[in-house]
Formats: sequence, C-alpha cells, structure tokens
Amino acid sequence: MEFTLIKPLFGGFLLGLAALSLLFFNGRVAGVSGILGGFLSFKKHDTLWRFAFLAGLVTGGVLLLGTFPETLNFTLKSSPPAVMLAGLLVGIGTRIGSGCTSGHGVCGIGRLSQRSMIAVVVFLSSGIAAAVSIDLIFGGEI
Amino acid sequence: MGLLMIFLSGVLFALGLGISGMTQPEKIVSFLNVVGEWDPSLIFVMLGASMTYLTGYGFILKRSKPILAESFSLPTRRDIDPPLVFGSLLFGLGWGLVGFCPGPALVALVTGYDSVLIFVLAMGFGMYFFEGIDSRFQRGVDGGAA
Repeated sequence: MEFTLIKPLFGGFLLGLAALSLLFFNGRVAGVSGILGGFLSFKKHDTLWRFAFLAGLVTGGVLLLGTFPETLNFTLKSSPPAVMLAGLLVGIGTRIGSGCTSGHGVCGIGRLSQRSMIAVVVFLSSGIAAAVSIDLIFGGEI
Repeated sequence: MGLLMIFLSGVLFALGLGISGMTQPEKIVSFLNVVGEWDPSLIFVMLGASMTYLTGYGFILKRSKPILAESFSLPTRRDIDPPLVFGSLLFGLGWGLVGFCPGPALVALVTGYDSVLIFVLAMGFGMYFFEGIDSRFQRGVDGGAA
C-alpha cells in the first residue's frame, strides 16, 4: 500500500482541530467511544450534544463520499462472525478502558495524561498481537 | 447555535479521519501488522493530532469556562487501574482483528457495507451491555478520556 506523509499529518491536524473545537465550545474531551457509550445510556440532559457530534461524524462521512470517495474505498476481508467479535471487543473494551484511539490517543496524549499513555501502549500492543497473529496463523483472513 | 458548533466539530473530525486514511481499515491493519508490508501512516496521524491538541489545549483552558457550557468536563482520574489496562487490551484485539475503531466505523457507515453495519451494531451492543453491568456494580465511569 502506498504511503504518503502529508495526508496523515494534515488529517491528524484536522482531528486535533476538531477535538479542540469540541473542548472550546462544549468543554468536553472528543472521545468517540465515550460520546457514543454515553449516548447509548440515554441519560437525561446529556444526550443531545452527543447526538449532534455523532450526527456530525456521519454527515462528515457523506461529505467524504462526495468529495474524496477514495477515503472510503476499502474491502473488509474478515468474515461476518469475525467482524461481529471485533465490534463486541471494541465496544466493551473501550468502555471498560474508558477510551479509544480518539479519547486516549488524540486528546489523552495531547493532555499528557499518564492513564491515556498507558492505554495507548496497551491497545497498540494487543492490536499488533491480533494483526500479526491473523497474518501468521490464518494467512491474513479470518 | 451551540449544537451546530458541536455538529460541525463532528463533521471536521470525520474529515480528519478520512483524509488521514483512518477510515480505510486495510491501512490500520497494515500498520498493526508489523511483520507484513508495513504502513507507518498512523504514527503521523497520531503525531499531527496530539501535537495540535497539545498546542491549543493550554490556551483554551486559560478561559474560565467553555463557550456553551458552565464548566470544562475533563477526566480527573490519575490512577492506573486494572480496568484501564484490561479494557484497552480487549479494545486493541478487536481493533487489530478488522482495523476499525469507533470513530472511523461510524464515518464508514455511509458506505452501506454490511460488514460496517455489523461492526457498528456489535460495538453499540457491547457498549450498551457494558453500561448495564457497570451501573449494576456501580463502578463509576471516569469518563476517562471520554
């Protein structure tokens, strides 16, 4: 797969700006798992802003599809049961570990939080373990 | 106006995910699969994002409060507890399995692919399930990076 430096850096810059914007306006950390998990717990007076952010994410997807469709051009080789297992692990794991790549990775590291640094090291390590095992044991498809 | 700004933050976040390549699970898997044809993109995404956040964070917190809320709601916990490590471990396994984390999966819903829908439904179920057991055990969520 081709590698370019500019797109990851610029995309990362936009991610940082978006997270700063949420902090500036709403005073919140832009952690997608926390925002979605909180939304799904349907607490009174704490749902609308979560919905607005999540609706923004999906709308951003529509914009990407219209302007840079190549960013959403991919094929998932994994079988439906593997995809389901992955979704469950990501859903439960991010809530138990109170954060994902955005909350711990972007905002947590950006805040120099030790908890987030530990979380990032752990999920990068287990992510590497999973991806490498699937490649070596199952030939890349599971 | 308030909700619109939050909505637009979400839109910008999605554009950042797309442009940085995070919405292509194959790129994530090739980053994590360090013995394969390695794609280092993700390092630069995280560098760009966290450095931007680090730069702006201090300026914003100099304000007494955010524009639309009464106070900042930031994680306060500092302790490294077993749930932080165990949860992150599970998350990483799922992430490495197909290459999706929560944000990109939501953005990729617009592709209409069955696999993305299955992932998001399972993820939502997992989160919903967690909220159920968590409130039963009354282990407060720190909001931790979230």
